[in-house]
Amino acid sequence: MSERNIIELKQAGFRAGERWAVRDVSFTVQPGEIVTLIGPNGSGKSTTAKLALGITKPTAGTATRTADLTIGYVPQKMSIDWTLPLTVSRFMRLTDRLTSDETLAALQRTGVAQLVNDQMRTLSGGEFQRVLLARAIARKPDLLVLDEPAQGVDFQGEIELYQLIGDLRNELNCGVLMISHDLHLVMAQTDKVICLNGHMCCAGTPTTVTESDDYRNLFGTRAGEALAIYQHSHDHKHLPDGTVQLADGTVADHCDTCGTEHGENS
Amino acid sequence: MDDFLIRAGVAAVGVALVAGPLGCFVIWRRLSYFGDTLAHGALLGVALSFLLGLAPVAIVFLVCAFIALALFALQRDGALASDAILGILSHGSLALGMVAIGAMSWLRVDLTGLLFGDILAVNMNDILTIWIGGAVCLAVLVLIWNRLFAATVNGDIAAAEGQQPERITLVFMLLVAGVIAIAMKVVGVLLITALLIVPAATSRRLAHTPEAMAVVASLLGAASAVLGLWASLQWDVQAGPAIVVAALVLFVGSLAIPQR
Repeated sequence: MSERNIIELKQAGFRAGERWAVRDVSFTVQPGEIVTLIGPNGSGKSTTAKLALGITKPTAGTATRTADLTIGYVPQKMSIDWTLPLTVSRFMRLTDRLTSDETLAALQRTGVAQLVNDQMRTLSGGEFQRVLLARAIARKPDLLVLDEPAQGVDFQGEIELYQLIGDLRNELNCGVLMISHDLHLVMAQTDKVICLNGHMCCAGTPTTVTESDDYRNLFGTRAGEALAIYQHSHDHKHLPDGTVQLADGTVADHCDTCGTEHGENS
Repeated sequence: MDDFLIRAGVAAVGVALVAGPLGCFVIWRRLSYFGDTLAHGALLGVALSFLLGLAPVAIVFLVCAFIALALFALQRDGALASDAILGILSHGSLALGMVAIGAMSWLRVDLTGLLFGDILAVNMNDILTIWIGGAVCLAVLVLIWNRLFAATVNGDIAAAEGQQPERITLVFMLLVAGVIAIAMKVVGVLLITALLIVPAATSRRLAHTPEAMAVVASLLGAASAVLGLWASLQWDVQAGPAIVVAALVLFVGSLAIPQR
């Protein structure tokens, strides 16, 4: 295993009974790198994340991690039963000792500091996800594994959360392994995309993956536009007064580059 | 007050104090039926202890521990659902216990005492067993509290973030086995689970944090023990069931508190 890799999967696969949940997956995650797993339902994304984390042992191939890695994990599904009295602040300290300053700081970053004394089961879906993410980042992890971190979060919030994940990667220099369906949002931040469909169907930078035939077959030709939308929206900014600030800083009345869909700046 | 009553009180309070926090985990993990299974297994343990001439508490603990391990292994195997496995282990060990007791025709076994407890016959030895055993159980629970709690809230998060939720869960199951072994004489095998879950369920309405819920469950259990013994003296009813009825009364009373 190369020294830079904090996670390395080699032809890893997992079989439950007769059925392979996923097989032949190989990729690495390095510090400061964002790797995104995409694919349709049942394509083995969550299983792959669990293989990478070591929660699930591979039935084929290998999945290795650097020793003593601090990991922050946001699972896909989780519920808190009524029988469990659990405040947000207690939940934040689930696997780690945190000072109340660290707890508040993390909650602040995901925009839910005001909920610190609330019961977990009274939170809305979006608030719950923000608390989950806050807990994962509060440990200052070397590796963040996020299984659909923005589910149930409103659109503006989603943009902010993905932005935050990008910022954290730079601050902590942590590797990020992310599962997401919000192709048009995550492509912006991602260094590497792994496209799964029971096996690894393609992998590479967002540009190479969205241009590959496998990807188009899986997601349809419109999905290819996800990246295009992002790339357009990044070179100019729509100002509140309706004018457009272009990449070189000049302000124009309208833009020629974007179509009817603006992606994140609309 | 009579000596035997004081001994009964000390024993029952000791059991209640350790049953409270463990009972919270039984509730949080939806394992009430697991408690029943172990309790039924306790009957087999008693039968074996007669057969071998060894101390019931030790043999009951071993049988319960074996059942816990069997459950753990069968769950991992994943072929049968947990409730079916528990049913097999529960009724299997109950039947084996009854057969074994029946086969020992030379022995007169006080079945009522086994099923409903014989708390007024508690001696100093029993009290020592309960308080020392209970203290050990509580000490272990305090030691693993945070990890067990993390494993209870979400095993995947605990596993991903460097803990061993399965191992901790196994320790927890052994603790429940231990409590059942020491509590058997107080409330009997049929009502042990009640002492685990009823005070914990009552406590839920009074507590905001898991730690508070555990402490309050202990106190409610101890109060039930004292109330139940007092009632059994007052109205001349069996002490073990009276303790459970007292816990039940507290639970019904707690329903008046609005759900939070």
